[in-house]
Formats: sequence, C-alpha cells, structure tokens
Amino acid sequence: MKILTGNDLKTGAVTWWTGVGWSLDVNDATDVGDEGAKIIAREEGAQNVFAAYVIDGEKTSEGVRPAHIKDRIRALGPTVRPDLTLKPSDPEAVNWVI
Amino acid sequence: MYKYDSYDQQMVDTRVAEFRDQVRRRLSGDLTEEQFRPLRLQNGLYLQLHAYMLRVAVPYGTLNSAQMKVLGDIADKYDRGYGHFTTRQNIQYNWIKLEDTPDILADLAAVEMHAIQTSGNCIRNISSDQYAGAAADEIVDPRPYAELLRQWSSFHPEFLTLPRKFKIAVIASETDRAAMRLHDIGIKMVKNAAGEIGAQFYVGGGMGRTPMIGPMIKEFVPLDHLITYSEACLRVYNRYGRRDNKYKARIKILVHELGKDEYTRQVEEELAHLLTMGIEPPIAELERIKQYFTDPAFEADASDDLDLSDPDFRLWVERNTHAHKQAGYVIANVSLKPVGGIPGDATADQIRLMAQLAKDYSFDELRVTHAQNIVFPHVKKADLYTLWKALDEAGIGTANLDTVGDIIACPGLDYCSLANARSIPVAQKISERFGSSEKQAEIGELKLKISGCINACGHHHAGHIGILGVDKKGVENYQLLLGGCEGADTSLGKITGPGFDENGIVDAVEKATEVYLSNKQDGERFLDTYRRIGMDPFKEAIYG
Repeated sequence: MKILTGNDLKTGAVTWWTGVGWSLDVNDATDVGDEGAKIIAREEGAQNVFAAYVIDGEKTSEGVRPAHIKDRIRALGPTVRPDLTLKPSDPEAVNWVI
Repeated sequence: MYKYDSYDQQMVDTRVAEFRDQVRRRLSGDLTEEQFRPLRLQNGLYLQLHAYMLRVAVPYGTLNSAQMKVLGDIADKYDRGYGHFTTRQNIQYNWIKLEDTPDILADLAAVEMHAIQTSGNCIRNISSDQYAGAAADEIVDPRPYAELLRQWSSFHPEFLTLPRKFKIAVIASETDRAAMRLHDIGIKMVKNAAGEIGAQFYVGGGMGRTPMIGPMIKEFVPLDHLITYSEACLRVYNRYGRRDNKYKARIKILVHELGKDEYTRQVEEELAHLLTMGIEPPIAELERIKQYFTDPAFEADASDDLDLSDPDFRLWVERNTHAHKQAGYVIANVSLKPVGGIPGDATADQIRLMAQLAKDYSFDELRVTHAQNIVFPHVKKADLYTLWKALDEAGIGTANLDTVGDIIACPGLDYCSLANARSIPVAQKISERFGSSEKQAEIGELKLKISGCINACGHHHAGHIGILGVDKKGVENYQLLLGGCEGADTSLGKITGPGFDENGIVDAVEKATEVYLSNKQDGERFLDTYRRIGMDPFKEAIYG
C-alpha cells in the first residue's frame, strides 16, 4: 500500500493521512494509491500539513507497517525513550521498529 | 565571561522580533514552507524525525549559571523535560512547537543567547578548548580571540551564503582538546620567538564523507591581522568553493583540489588586497573583549589537600578532574554518560542543578565540551566533595571521562532525519558491556565515537574506535574503524572490514579491546598499541 505522511504545521508532529484528515496514529493511515501527489498539493496548500511525502507500507495483523525503518521510528517515536513514544505503556513496542 | 554591549543585545532582540513576525506569517498562511524554511533555519529551527528541533548556540562552549538555568527552564516549559548537548558545544531541543519558538528565543535573548547561525551555509558557532582560562598548559586564554571571531562572523553579509557550512575552532594549548585540525579553519594561538602572541592557521580540515586533516597554511598571523587573514581565507573559499555539488562544497575539497600551496598563495594575494581596505578592528577592541575574560578572584592560599577516603569520590577525582593553573583549584568534568544512558542528554532538573552548582562552586561558569559533557572550570578543592555528592545524587556523578564509557554519539536515527542507523542504542549497549569501573580502569583511555550516518556528527573518524551506522538495504549496519584521533597527533580511523549488526558491533568492540589488552606495553593507550602493532591483529581477532 501507499501511505501518506507529513508533519503538523504548529507542532511538527508526525501525521498520517486517513482519507479524510490527519492522524498521529499510523494505524489510521489509508492506502492513497496514485492519489498521493494530489492530496499533498491540496493539504499543503491548505496549511494542514507540510513536508508531506508518500511511502510504501503494508497492512499486517498488527496494523499498518511502513516499509522503511526510518518511517517506523517516525511512526512510533525514539526507540531509546519508550516513555516518549506513542505507546509509552508498552515496553515491547520498540521491537516493532526493528 | 563576555557581556553583550548594546549593539549585541539590539541585534539579538531585533532578530527575535523579526522571527516572531515570520512565524506569525507562516502560521497564517502568508508564507509557504518553501519560503519559510530558510528563515527558520537561520534561527536554528530544523524539522527532524519527530518534530521541530531547536539548536541553541553556546559560543565557544562557555555559559554562566543564569544561562544554564534558562536552558533547563526551556527544557521544562517548551520541550519534554530534557536537552541534548551536542558535539558542537551547543544544546538541542527535540520537541519544539513552532508557535513557541519566538518566546523561546526571547527567553534566550534575555540571558544573552540565541540560535542564530546554528544552521545554514554560514559560519557556525565557534568552538574552543573547554578548559580555556583554567588549564595550566595554555599560553593565553583563547576565548577573547574566539569572541572577536564570533563578532566578526555574526551576520557577516558576505559569508551568510557560503558554498557550505563553515566551522572554526580556536585553541591556545599544545594539547588540542577541540579537534582543531578537523575544522574548516583551526586556529592555534601561539607565541613567536619575540614572545608575541599570534595565530597559527590550519585550513581545510573536516569530517563528513570526505574526512581530511587541515594542513597548516600560516605559521604566525599577528594579532592585528587576525580578522583580515580570516576574511581572506573565507573570501577565497567563497569565490571558488564548489556550489554545483554539495558533497564537494566544503573548503577541505577546495584546499585539496587547489593544493595547500596554491590556496595559501591566493589567500596571501587576497590578504594584500584586504589590508589596503583597513577592515581589521582596532586592537583596542580585542583589549576591550579581553577585560571580560580576566581570572576570577581565586583564593591565593586555597588548600591543595583533598580527602579521598570515599572510594567512589577518589575514583571520580582520578578520572574526571584535570589540573588547574591555580593552586588549590581543579577543573571538574561532569560526564553526561551514565552507564546505559543517552550520551549528551540531561534533564531539566540536572541542567538547573549544574547551573546552581556553578554559581556556588565555580565562579558562575560552565563549559559544554565537544565530547558532550559539562565542565566546572574553577572548583576549589575544598568544595570538590560537596560538588561531586550533589552531582552523584542527581545521577551525573559517573567517573568515566575519556574511558570506553564516555562515548560520543550523534542523535542518530532515533531523532535525526539525515541518519541511516541508530547510534544511541549502540552506545548504550557498549556502555553497559563495559560498565564496570574495573574494566574501564583496565582499558584506560579509549575514545569511542559513533555516527549514524556519513555526515559524522558523532566524529567517528576521530575515535580511537569509531563506529559508522549505514543503511544496508533497509537494515541498520555498523562499520568499525580503528586508529582515529583528534588531538595534537590527529589521525583518521580506518575501516576494519565488513560491517556488523547492532549486537555484532558491540562484540567487535570487545574483541578490539581484548587485542589491545593482550598486546599493550607499559603506559600504552589503546591508540598507542594500535599504532605500534597495526590493523592486522585486530582484524584477525574480529573476523578470524
């Protein structure tokens, strides 16, 4: 699947395109197919997001998994600070990155 | 230390107001990201892996306690309770909100700090010896010269759009504690035969994808030509540096391609031209600056006695303190490398504690080191135990300076958008593997440096043991280098062979230390043994 990610303008937080808006949770990401560039142009133009780009990913039994480790770290948070990730109560979450 | 005059303060305050307006226009949609990006970068605001990152300049690594306290307060108020001290003697915050940035810059300006020129193709923060003004072996305090260069390079209209970023280091001791020859310009303050102070210029050093040791191009530049000569070096670079290829745009490539002699000839030619223009600031300006760097009021009869009955304190004194030029005082190093910790990170509380301790015990002064540690430059020996107890209770009393546990590591793929591999987890695993003080004592001085990509922010080329993280078909892989050194005998590390995974690299480091321990002769450091026996025994042990 092709998924679309970017950063929130005010906070810089990593966001994922859900089909109708932006979410902090990669599991909300939807397959944008060939529509990525069009969505980026519209959403960046509306100041909803910036630095957006399309990446490869796959839907697994555990949710949406970006293909590259860099995007998996973006999706979760720093592996060396589990308390600052999106899953602070799950110490095993960092294993998902690797 | 230096105090802003009205011009300094006005420049910084004006920049805060200007950036506040730029942020307002960005948030309202009047500026696109393409238009805003160069403006935010000029104010140290990057976009990193998880959020905006703000890099704050610490000129030549020197801070007073009020400034350090504000750095701690910013970590609490605007970030997530911690900051990261960098290999450029700066501090970075990883979770900054765009809308907060003008207020942060205003808080910084109130204590004479800023984030200007911590990004972009300009002259960056000037680094120096963290023991400046305190070390017994310096011929002069390098900081007034670094400050003069800071003033010259700040907002220099000709050098704000150089071919690439530009880094300058200034030292004034035989012992190079600032990796001077691995800078675009390294300046060593020296004394000539007549006893006059001048500057020795090394140009074209650097790390990154093409590491080079800067050659000396001028043995002695008189003080009344210091700025003019620097200007000449920059002008030749600005004119001929490669703008067509960012990977060949640093001055090291120009000096290498022209050759040292031709580059020097062109600098001399430019110097002759510049001398007719009278751009050198009057020597009185340097004298004015020097007034801010006089010695603090040391007690002439301070005792040299130290009670070392506490074994943990004794170990810390042995490892983390350095001789001071004044009897009865020491230079005390705070290692920000607890066993298993994140190199260079400190919590807001730890930062504020160090601020208070500097006020109480170090004449209000601290230094940030390029090894991502903190220095109290002037501590009375009688106060040392109290100081260490406070640090130790706060988790920053680790006794491991310059040992295998004192690892330099860039933020790597955990934070940095340029990185290819994570650095910090590797540093943590090595730190834990070699966590015992007995093991560290057995190995002795060993400088281990880790970068998460070829840009070498973790100085891996200059590590006795260096580690470079690379991306191998989407999987992190780590190359091992041996034999690098950043001191007076600067050398670049050589790659041992094929890379390793995260656990394999830790094993490889251990094997390298075992080769050292079984081959070392009396008084030899890891580096000395490597230089004597060469790469082969290490390769054999690591890959055999």
